[in-house]
Amino acid sequence: MFLELFFQYLVAGLTYGTIYAVVGIGFNIIYNTTGIINFAQGEFVMLGGMTAVSLHAFLPLPLAIAGAVLVTMAVGGLIEMLFIRWLVKPSVLRMIIITIGVSILIREGALHLWGEGIRSLPYFTGNEVSAIEIGGVRVSPQVLWALGVAAIVVLLLNVFFHYTMLGREMRACASNRDAAALCGIPTRNMVTLSFVVSAGIGALAGCVVSPITQTQYGIGAGLAIKGFTVAILGGLGNSMAAVGAGFILGILESFSIWVMPTAYKDAISITILLAMLFARPSGLFGNSEAARLKEF
Amino acid sequence: MFQRFRHITALAAAIAAVQLLTAATGKEFFLTQLTMAGYYTLVIIGLCLLMGYAGQISLGHAGFFAIGGYTSAVLTTVDLSAWKAAPAISLLAKSGILTGRADLYGGQILTVHPWAAFLCALCITIVVAFLIGVPVLKLKGHYLAMATLGFGTIIYSVVLATSRFGAADGISSVPAFPLLPGLAVTGGSSQRVANYYFAWLLVTVGMLLLINLIHSRVGRALRSIHGAEDAAGAMGVDAARYKLNTFILSAVYAAVAGVFLTHYNGGIGPSEASIMKSVRYVAIVAVGGMGSLWGTLIMSAVLNFLSLRGYFGTFDDAVFGSILIAVMLFSPEGVLKLDIRSLVGRWIRTDRKAGA
Amino acid sequence: MTLLEARSISKRFGGLQAVKDVSFSVAQGSIKAVIGPNGAGKTTLFNLLSGFIAPDSGEVLLRGMPVQDLPSHAIATRGLSRTFQHIRLFGGMSALENVMVGRHVRSRAGFMAGMLNLAWTRAEERDIRDRALDSMEFLGIGQLAHANASSLSYGQQRAVELARSLTSEPEILLLDEPAAGLNMRETADLAVLITKIRDRGITVLIVEHDMSLVMNISDEVVVLSYGEKIADNKPLAVQKDPQVVRVYLGEDEC
Repeated sequence: MFLELFFQYLVAGLTYGTIYAVVGIGFNIIYNTTGIINFAQGEFVMLGGMTAVSLHAFLPLPLAIAGAVLVTMAVGGLIEMLFIRWLVKPSVLRMIIITIGVSILIREGALHLWGEGIRSLPYFTGNEVSAIEIGGVRVSPQVLWALGVAAIVVLLLNVFFHYTMLGREMRACASNRDAAALCGIPTRNMVTLSFVVSAGIGALAGCVVSPITQTQYGIGAGLAIKGFTVAILGGLGNSMAAVGAGFILGILESFSIWVMPTAYKDAISITILLAMLFARPSGLFGNSEAARLKEF
Repeated sequence: MFQRFRHITALAAAIAAVQLLTAATGKEFFLTQLTMAGYYTLVIIGLCLLMGYAGQISLGHAGFFAIGGYTSAVLTTVDLSAWKAAPAISLLAKSGILTGRADLYGGQILTVHPWAAFLCALCITIVVAFLIGVPVLKLKGHYLAMATLGFGTIIYSVVLATSRFGAADGISSVPAFPLLPGLAVTGGSSQRVANYYFAWLLVTVGMLLLINLIHSRVGRALRSIHGAEDAAGAMGVDAARYKLNTFILSAVYAAVAGVFLTHYNGGIGPSEASIMKSVRYVAIVAVGGMGSLWGTLIMSAVLNFLSLRGYFGTFDDAVFGSILIAVMLFSPEGVLKLDIRSLVGRWIRTDRKAGA
Repeated sequence: MTLLEARSISKRFGGLQAVKDVSFSVAQGSIKAVIGPNGAGKTTLFNLLSGFIAPDSGEVLLRGMPVQDLPSHAIATRGLSRTFQHIRLFGGMSALENVMVGRHVRSRAGFMAGMLNLAWTRAEERDIRDRALDSMEFLGIGQLAHANASSLSYGQQRAVELARSLTSEPEILLLDEPAAGLNMRETADLAVLITKIRDRGITVLIVEHDMSLVMNISDEVVVLSYGEKIADNKPLAVQKDPQVVRVYLGEDEC
């Protein structure tokens, strides 16, 4: 009985961890190319889930998800082109405030479009009661979907950033924007692309976990803080570490429910964030010397 | 030197003029929202000092407002009559810190006196602001923004999760706050005009104190930190301490507003602690011009009034989001900063010509 | 009497040994100079003395009190004031306000006093303003008081920065390359000015690249090369020191 409960919490933690990890990666992608922390990151997850639910009303599930990802990518690109692209050397404070404003607009837009209702996509395979036995533990297939998709996203991102021309150009842009521009890389387009990619993976994550965690217009802000926590835990800019940190946070949060009321769950992860910021802003796995070199 | 008193006098005149205008046009019910706008303005001018002069962002100021409001609401509604016999309680009751009153249903209850609750709220705010401020203000940029956002979120989720704080319903039936015999902070329509004046008196006094501050040695030190922190250090300015004190001061402004607005409304709900409220405060400071207390005050009065009257309808939050983006994109110095100065300047010049 | 003393201080940045085991002392009422080729560690040494960075090892003594672990503002409070190689004025403030900040360490109005604007606060404020104006007059920039600091010329900004430090009535004034960007005439004026400052009872420590400035006015000269002290003597003796000639003066001849 105890063990069963333990594994249930663990699995729940992994599920939430997946989504935190993906949001964290989204932060990193944009941060790496622009030095901006995009406070609207969590809204991409919400937007992906909500759009997919709407599209699923008249499209088969895979198409609905693909459509939702594309729509969100378009929104991500649009945000960059409308609000970020033409600012010359904006201050950090200005960028923070603009991305917060954007997140409010997306959220309010979603509220007017979809209302306050909680929605969710159907389970990709089976339903809420179906389960697969793994070593005596019953796991919902959707959890496997989430883990699998997260793994594929991480894999593809790695391939993209290391083995494709476009990905390499983005990394060049990240490490030295001026030098990249001198080499003929269109740095502005790279920034737009970083918004598009990070919106896309956020939306995908939003779709995959939607059956389990459900989607509502207001989930973005909470996810943004969690995702940021994860990005910090892993060391800002380090996407692989963000995955590990995502699982750690998800599992910690999940087990906190065991000893404390559910409602304090958010407070737990934020306390972790604050503690982390004060003690080791370079991240659990990070190198403090290198982190200090980042411009802040 | 005397310019600041001219400004304060102009503010006082404007406050009176607005009241007379509502009386003359029979729109006295506007005073309710104007009173509330006054309390929010108190939060916002405090935040303006922090953001514009100390250069530190806080995305968690609704948290301090809520600490003030909830402390006062809990203490003035908790019924201690069951422990009346306990020596500590009876001592407090005798000293006047506890006070008996009739509750909503006519029963006699024993609660903390509003003034004692007020002082308690201030102490708690100062302690919390100190504990949060010491580590948080070491951070910069995105880290500071996220950390203060995190603080705000913690307060919000704690309020929402705790039955003592009324969870999602908040706390209601908070008693009136007695100021003078015959004058109390309460939402009753008989005291509407008096409450309007009291709220804006607080704003005026708060404003005067802040304006004195920014023209003092401390204000100069704050601006020097904002200008070049290392050089300020070389001149002996302890940047960390000044930032912390400013943070605490602005938290106290928020808490004072929280206490009085809670008594005025007769209750407080979790939305007062929400992130959206914090963001709204930041938005108004941004619109008013980061370094302009007067611009912030004007924008706060106008926007809060419009919002509270419901002119933005269901687009309330969206309006503030749009304002935030528009100001940051097109006029990061605030919308009033340039216009008002040149306009008023021109007006004064033509006025002088006319007089001469 | 020794006012400021460095005892075998060292500082390493990653692979670079910026300052290595440097010791020297500054006598009260004297003018001392630190010279050396570019990259010799002069500015690092200054930052170590003024608390901007902490040494890896060694001690800095101000009036015999160890101060190497104190932050810069605490050292400033103990009577050490400095200027910067790259001028650091407070933007958005007038020249006078910049100079008034210099008086910070010698005034005391805090948050409460500032908010309430009490009688003594107002008196103190007047005093700060008067002394700031005095410093500006002393440096011949009194007419710039109400100009915006960031709109001033390079030389004027340098003067404002110096006035800011003087207003704090420091025991010791650290000048980081004060002659940088000045022509020969202005450099000569600066030399006169520095001796005038010393005559006011302020000990002066100058980091300088320009030999002509320091050789005439300094009582003693420390020479740094690659972070190490290679000479510490009277100007004339330093000029004759063969090691100094090799690493430093030789540079001018080729």
